[in-house]
Amino acid sequence: MTATHETSGAEETARKIRVLIAKPGLDGHDRGAKIVARALRDGGCEVIYTGIRQTPQMIAEAALQEDVDVVGLSILSGAHLELFPRIVEELTSRGLDDVLLFCGGIIPEEDTQALEGLGFSAIFRPGTNTGDIVSFVRDNAPAG
Amino acid sequence: MTDLVERLLAGDRRALSRVLTRVENGTREGRDDLRRLYPRSGRAHTVGVTGGAGSGKSSLTGALAGELRRRGQRVGVIAVDPSSPFTQGAILGDRIRMQDLVLDEGVFVRSMAGRGALGGLAPAIDDVVAVMDAFGFPYVFIETVGAGQDEVEIAGTALTTVLVNNPGTGDDIQALKAGIIEIADVLVVNKADRPGADVLVSQLRALLALAPGEGRDPPILSTVATTGEGVPALVDAIDEHRAHLERTGALGRQRRREARHQVLSTAQRILLERIRAGTSEEALAELVAQVAGRSLDPHTAAERLVGAGRADAG
Repeated sequence: MTATHETSGAEETARKIRVLIAKPGLDGHDRGAKIVARALRDGGCEVIYTGIRQTPQMIAEAALQEDVDVVGLSILSGAHLELFPRIVEELTSRGLDDVLLFCGGIIPEEDTQALEGLGFSAIFRPGTNTGDIVSFVRDNAPAG
Repeated sequence: MTDLVERLLAGDRRALSRVLTRVENGTREGRDDLRRLYPRSGRAHTVGVTGGAGSGKSSLTGALAGELRRRGQRVGVIAVDPSSPFTQGAILGDRIRMQDLVLDEGVFVRSMAGRGALGGLAPAIDDVVAVMDAFGFPYVFIETVGAGQDEVEIAGTALTTVLVNNPGTGDDIQALKAGIIEIADVLVVNKADRPGADVLVSQLRALLALAPGEGRDPPILSTVATTGEGVPALVDAIDEHRAHLERTGALGRQRRREARHQVLSTAQRILLERIRAGTSEEALAELVAQVAGRSLDPHTAAERLVGAGRADAG
């Protein structure tokens, strides 16, 4: 109950890490995305959650309007090598080439290199401890 | 790279987004940006959308923006969701209800976390509204945190306040109470396809009739945000409220009231920040311990903090 009092004041205007959690493509299972969003919230981030079935343009446009530092993509459909390059392209064309990118979901090991080549700094597969995701975001989010 | 403010004024959405962040965070750059942009604000029709959690504020805001796009208007939306009082984190999920607008260049949606502000808004809300206004949106919607009975701050930020109600959420005594209902310029019964909508409309109407002749009664409109039913009429009512403000000269009074509110609330923020900057965590913890132990009362402790802040500033 006293938390609001102890943390109000100068910290209110301090910079917060803003993260967009998005689900590209047609699969409708967003439990993983929600768990990650919730974990990042509890880690002190401001998390913009856009819901399911987002096109690459919608994700990039949301990232632009929200001026996020980090974009996390959740995908279970297997279409990541199809969709992720288009998302990176849409982000870059909007001048958002400095955001930290990570992804999670059902992503085969053999695709790791391709995704790293696209600029994804981390891939979180089933069984990941959410604490690891929070630490990754906190340690790697671009400053300012 | 050219200056962000110049790029913003030239219509660059990326620049707008960056400036919004700096202003929201209250950085030195943000304050400089605001100083330059403020003289260009004051043209937008600022519309507050408030109401309980789950009353349909986001869906309705999305539907209103869609209707205004059909009328050829560009729209800025600021959607506030609460921050955690414990971790200061937040989930900002209002965009989910505005999917149709994401790829429309005439709409810009920005989510904000409450960051501990009271009253259903965020600490820098007025500054963020001014930036959206200066960018040139003729309409700027401000969607509050889900509000209960007493979150009336929005009336000090928006020219027109829309209060969203739902059928089946309390008897007519709820509507009779003081507080949020008094700040409504337009009353909406959303989810009007649900049972009890007609009853709620007549209850609201009866409530307004209890105090006749005290200026303008807010119109009561029924909407179903998810289908768009009643939304064009709501846009008309919002426009009519602004026309009313201009006709009666109330617009100038409202602007002065807003300015007064903003000057005082900003002064409050600055003072608090100064006090925090002038007080070490140890000194604060010591005072807190004394108050918690009942050896010092909160007023005396606060006086000491304010004294410390003043000494530091001078």
